[in-house]
Parts: sequence; C-alpha cells; structure tokens
Amino acid sequence: MSGLAADLRVIAALGRRAVNQAFRRPQFLAPIVVFPTLFLAVNTGGAGRAIDLPSFPHVHGFLDFQLAGSMVQSTMLAGVSAGISLALDIEIGFIDRLIAAPVRRSVIVLGRLVATMVLGALSALWFLTVGLIFGAHIQGGVPGFLLVVLLVALCAAAFGSVGAALALKSGKASVVQGIFPLVFVVLFLSSAYFPRDLLLQPAETIAQWNPMSFIAEGIREPIAFGMDTGHTLKALLGIGIVGAIGAALSSWALRARLRSG
Amino acid sequence: MPSRANLASVWALMRKATNEVVRVPGAAIPGILAPTIFMLGLTSVFGKLTLLPGFATDEYMTFILPVSLMQGAGFTGAATGVNLARDIELGWFDRLILAPPPRWVLLTGTVLSASLRALMPITVLLIVGFAFGVNFPGVGGLALAVLLSCAFAATAASWGVMLALRFKTQSAAPLMQAGIFMAVLFTASYAPLELLTGWLHDVAEINPVTQIIDAVRQGFIGNVTWGDTLPGLAALAGLLGLLYGLALRGLHRVGA
Repeated sequence: MSGLAADLRVIAALGRRAVNQAFRRPQFLAPIVVFPTLFLAVNTGGAGRAIDLPSFPHVHGFLDFQLAGSMVQSTMLAGVSAGISLALDIEIGFIDRLIAAPVRRSVIVLGRLVATMVLGALSALWFLTVGLIFGAHIQGGVPGFLLVVLLVALCAAAFGSVGAALALKSGKASVVQGIFPLVFVVLFLSSAYFPRDLLLQPAETIAQWNPMSFIAEGIREPIAFGMDTGHTLKALLGIGIVGAIGAALSSWALRARLRSG
Repeated sequence: MPSRANLASVWALMRKATNEVVRVPGAAIPGILAPTIFMLGLTSVFGKLTLLPGFATDEYMTFILPVSLMQGAGFTGAATGVNLARDIELGWFDRLILAPPPRWVLLTGTVLSASLRALMPITVLLIVGFAFGVNFPGVGGLALAVLLSCAFAATAASWGVMLALRFKTQSAAPLMQAGIFMAVLFTASYAPLELLTGWLHDVAEINPVTQIIDAVRQGFIGNVTWGDTLPGLAALAGLLGLLYGLALRGLHRVGA
C-alpha cells in the first residue's frame, strides 16, 4: 500500500472516531447544534422587525438573513469542540500512542479536521433544513444550497485548525474551553448577525476588517440575495486567512509538543 | 421552624460554594465574562433596533442590561447543578446525603449558594453597564433588580439540582444551560413584547420569566410601580416554589 493511501486510511479512521465521539457526547454536539439553533430562534423572533429599519437591505425575511450567522457560529463552536476533544485525547494519552505509531504526525491533526469538516457540513444541512421548514428562501437555488454547504464545511475545518493549535499548545481541555466566550466577541464584531452599516461603533469599523464578516457575507449571499462570485471569493479568502493561521499555529504547536517529549 | 443547627448547615453549604470561588477563581470567570460579552455584543449588533417605533428606550444597553442580569444569575444557578453532578460523580454527594441535616436543609444551602454567587456577575454587569451609560434605576429600582436576580439564581439552581439528581452526570450540563437560555431569552428580551415577531411573541406572552424581566427592567427604563413589580414577584415565587419542590422530591428519592 502506498504512503498516501495509508495516510488516507488513518485520516478516515481518526475522522470516523471523532464524528462518533461528537454524537455520543451531548456536551460536544450541543454547542454545534443546540445553542446556535436557539440563538437563531431568539434573534429571528426578537429582532425580526429590523428589516423595517430604513437602511436594512431588502430580504425575503429576517430568518434568511440570520441563517448565515448561525452557521458561522456553529462552525466556530465546532472548531472549539474539536480542540476540546483533541485536548482530552492528549490528557488521556491517546495522542502519545498515536505519535508512537508508524503514522505521519500531521495525519493525527488532519483526522480531527476532516471530522470537523463533516460536522460543519451536517450543521449547514441542519440550518438550511430548519430555515426552509420555517419559511426561508434560498435565492441561489440548488447551486446556492451546495455552495453554502461547501463554504460552511471549509469554514469548520479552518476553525478546527485553530482549535487544534490551542489543544496542541496547552494540552488541556479546560484551557481550550476557556475560549468559548471569545467566539462571541469575534462574532459580535462582524456582520454575522446584522448588516455592517447598522452596527454601532466600534463594531462597525472592526467588522470592515474582520475575516468573519467576509465569511458570513459569502455564506449569506446565496441564501438571501443570490449567487455572487465576488462574495464567494471573499468568503474563501476569509476562510483561507483563518485556515492558514490555524495550520501554521498547529504545526508550530505540534513541533513544540514533540520536542518537549 | 428551622432550628439553629439547620441554619448553621445551610450557611456551611453556602460557604462551601463561595470557597470554591475563592480557591478556583478561574472557574468563575466564564460565568461573569459570558453575560458581559453578550450585553456589550448584543448592544453593538442590535443597538439600532431602538430606532423602531414603539421601542421603550433610545439606549439599547439600558434595555438589555436586565436580561444580562438574569442571564448571569441563571447561568450561575445552572452551574450549581453541574457542580452537584460533579459531586455525585466523585462520590462526595453520597457522603453528604448520610449527614444528619434534613434534606431540605441540604437543598436550601445549595440553592442559596447560587444566589450568593450570582452577586459576582450581577455586580460586574452593573459596573460595566453604568460605565457605558446605562440609566441609573434609583436605589429602589437597583435593589429590586438585584433581589429578583438573586432569587432567579436560586430558581435556576433548583432546576439544575433537579436535573443533576435525575441524570447523575455532568453530561446533563447542556440541558441545564439550554433550559435557562430558553427561559431567559424566549421573552421580551431583545425588544418590547409588541415588537416581537412570530411564535416568539406568543411564547414570550405566556413565559412567566417575561414578567420577572419586566419587573427587573422597569426601574431602568421608567419608574418602579407595584403594577410591574407584583406580577414579577408572583411569577418568580411560582417558578421557585415549583422547581424547588421538584428538586426536593428528587433529593428525597435518593437512596429511597
């Protein structure tokens, strides 16, 4: 068997294990599905009249606008959950056994990222289904639907790499868990939940530069407004920035962990 | 009539919970940080909702601060349930249940410890809120807001304890937190009742926590009146009585 095929088998096995782990432990799945869904329900019902504000963009309904925010929230929390799971694996010595096994070290992290990507895609399907049931329209049609699933899956993998970096550096689940509130800081300082022009300062200014705004707007476009290459490319750029930072930090943290023994 | 020994036991359990905060201060930070971030974040995001006709105030943080107080108190209460589940898993609860004090004393000490601990997020939220220009509700309004929030923490703790005794595992934590999340936010939390849309409007109308939030909020956006206070007090007393009763029933069933 070639090296690449062996690596892919290990990635698939580790990915399957991580997905099973998420479904068996409600504390891992709740942040990805339950809380973003509740938040979506509250935002839509509580701030639904926002579409009557003079400068709010013309949309079919506030739910259409909010879906992207919930998906981005879900992917960020999926990234943190992936980090927590990896840190727990470090705490119980599972990662040490993998390091001693004849597999490439990067494969250990890639297996976790593939699982996070799968969970991201499932989260996108969940939110799109919930949205359609409750009356949302997907302006981009079937291609728009598929594009959203793809972007959300990639976004989850990018945030998973950041979670993995934190887990590899700290080796403690409690430390990774501590960044949960920061997820919301990043989200609130972006256009994930509301149009940029309608945010209060300083959030409005920060949102102009926050990669999360590019990602959220790229995911929102096919749902609320229709297909747009420019927004898709910006979303991919945002995902690329987050993923590159996460990959660099993960690689550095893994090397540091291996050096320290 | 509670005896002196029972009151001493209640106080000892409250001190145990506060000792945890003193000895592991890092554990208390998320409970303080999360509602503060939500208050500042929701104001940044939804602040312009005050431009909608019919909004009760032109300062969104003034409107949302009472919700954050309830959220902070509620999550502190839910954390009490998580801590009890941890004590059950570690076996400490088995030793506690063998102690001489009656079970209502054990429960009262546990839920009142949540009220005491809730003072931390409440204090931080009020300081941050006033620093960002939230209207001062007057001494009476402030006292009422703090009192109701602390009592809500005890209510949430009863909910958490009930679930901890039912499931006996920390894995039930998301259920404890989700229950509080829904109770607090499925109300007129983001906007006045008449501006809510769809099913949330109907749910908020029948959710008793709406009355409690209205009672906490009244001093911040207007005057404190008996008309707004009494429904809040009645709703809180009803919820606390119900959940405390269910938690006590669960406690009596342990080892029965």
